[in-house]
Amino acid sequence: MTNEHNQPLLKIDNLESYYGPIMAIRGVSLEVNEGQIVTVLGANGAGKTTLLKTISGVMDPEKGTVALSGEFIQGLAPDKVVQKGIVHVPEGREIFPILTVEDNLKMGAYTRSDKAGVAADMELVYDYFPILKERRSQEAGTLSGGQQQMLAIGRGLMAKPRIMLLDEPSLGLSPLLVKEIFSIIRRLNREQNVTMMLVEQNAKVALDVAHYGYVMELGRIVMSGEAAKLRESKDIQEFYLGAQQDTQRGQRRWKQRKTWR
Amino acid sequence: MDILQLIVSGLANGCVYGLIALGFVLIYKATEAVNFAQGDFMMLGAFITLGFTNADHMDLPFWLSVILAIGIMGILGYLLDMIVLRRMFGQSQVAVVILTIALGFVIRFIAGLIWGHEPQSLESPLSGLELRFGGLVLGMDEVWVIIVTVALTALLYVFFARTKLGIGMQASSQNQLAAYYMGIPVKRIHSMIWALSGVVAAIAGILFASKGSIDPTAGLLGIKAFAAAVIGGFGSLPGALLGGIIVGLVEPFAARYMPAGYSQIFPYLILVVMLVVRPHGILSQIQTKKV
Repeated sequence: MTNEHNQPLLKIDNLESYYGPIMAIRGVSLEVNEGQIVTVLGANGAGKTTLLKTISGVMDPEKGTVALSGEFIQGLAPDKVVQKGIVHVPEGREIFPILTVEDNLKMGAYTRSDKAGVAADMELVYDYFPILKERRSQEAGTLSGGQQQMLAIGRGLMAKPRIMLLDEPSLGLSPLLVKEIFSIIRRLNREQNVTMMLVEQNAKVALDVAHYGYVMELGRIVMSGEAAKLRESKDIQEFYLGAQQDTQRGQRRWKQRKTWR
Repeated sequence: MDILQLIVSGLANGCVYGLIALGFVLIYKATEAVNFAQGDFMMLGAFITLGFTNADHMDLPFWLSVILAIGIMGILGYLLDMIVLRRMFGQSQVAVVILTIALGFVIRFIAGLIWGHEPQSLESPLSGLELRFGGLVLGMDEVWVIIVTVALTALLYVFFARTKLGIGMQASSQNQLAAYYMGIPVKRIHSMIWALSGVVAAIAGILFASKGSIDPTAGLLGIKAFAAAVIGGFGSLPGALLGGIIVGLVEPFAARYMPAGYSQIFPYLILVVMLVVRPHGILSQIQTKKV
């Protein structure tokens, strides 16, 4: 997916991370090009969140490299990684519940010192999420789940990231809200050229919005391709999109083997 | 008139308890550890000031000594976190609590070595002066304690509500993980919180010493302040001050109207009642997370 002169914005090579003795990601390599949305699909426990945590510096890798525009950043402290331009919007929102919506957004810009830029970005966030503007002086813990997710994304934008790591933005939201959030994600990518790495269990919405996709299982990348191609793939349809295929005998085969096993 | 005087002296005592309780709550909120040496920090701050300003020690000007003592206590708090407590990151809270209790003993011992075990009083320009309104006689020192506490509270309020660093401190105490994700330097902020509680302890100590005498065991007052923090709602800054003032107000009245010897148990009696009736304290901030 990369051409010769244009190096990828984010390049991960053979990354390995452990939770204590347990190897959570086992040699993952992937690339994210500037301006793209790249999704990483996978079931619970596939290592997707660990991958994001390792990129953002909350966890340190045992082996392998993370390069942002060619500069190695693996093992840096999280605040340094944010300053380099990677922001992580964590799973389950993780907002600051007793701060106001506006203060939450300000905290997203903690590592920045350009006041005018921060103010402009605040307006940008309010443009995309008008509900946040309406609730700007309310405590964030009193927002609904969907609004908290919007706040988490808005707070991430406030860091003016070169790449945004989104961890399960659809988690615990109604289908309608998922649709709304993803349409905003698509708009942010198209209109503001925000590069995103999107980790999802909801393969359908993720593949709809993404340009390129990886499938992760048990800590490894098992499949990758253009999002459109992945959508067509028989395995993805069966195991992640829930399509049922009948065999010649007109019965569903329960012991279907994945092609990558 | 009698009652008014009791109220003022109770308020003054309560402000000191409240400030020590504030130190407890600051550290607890940010790092989820309880610093049982907070009372001894207060005592140390008082003795450092006394050591600088008293005529038989260094005889420096009072206000210079105050500034020096506050600065030293702030630096001490910062270094303590950076050098000792940061290494215990991830250890159980019990380990931190035991460490701070031990630290209290060490501070008491060192203070005794340097300044002696006899009670001494701080030579401040405030002590001895009196304010008279008709029949009412108020000690200038007590009035000052109240004024300084109110001013410090207002200052802390503005700091936590308006400045980026203050909001960052709140953020990292509310959700440490999210603070990491946002690039807030959580570890440095923890050290700064320890510095801040050192500063507050020094101010409390100076106020305490200027309205009475101080000796190395004065830090045991911290236990009463701890009770005050729990009564007010452990984890709430206004609650800490409120709890302190309640404890401070109850004491003189109990001493006056109760048989001798019973007054000391009153703060703890309130504590027990509070734990039964409203275990989170008066002004608690309990937030449940939405899934």
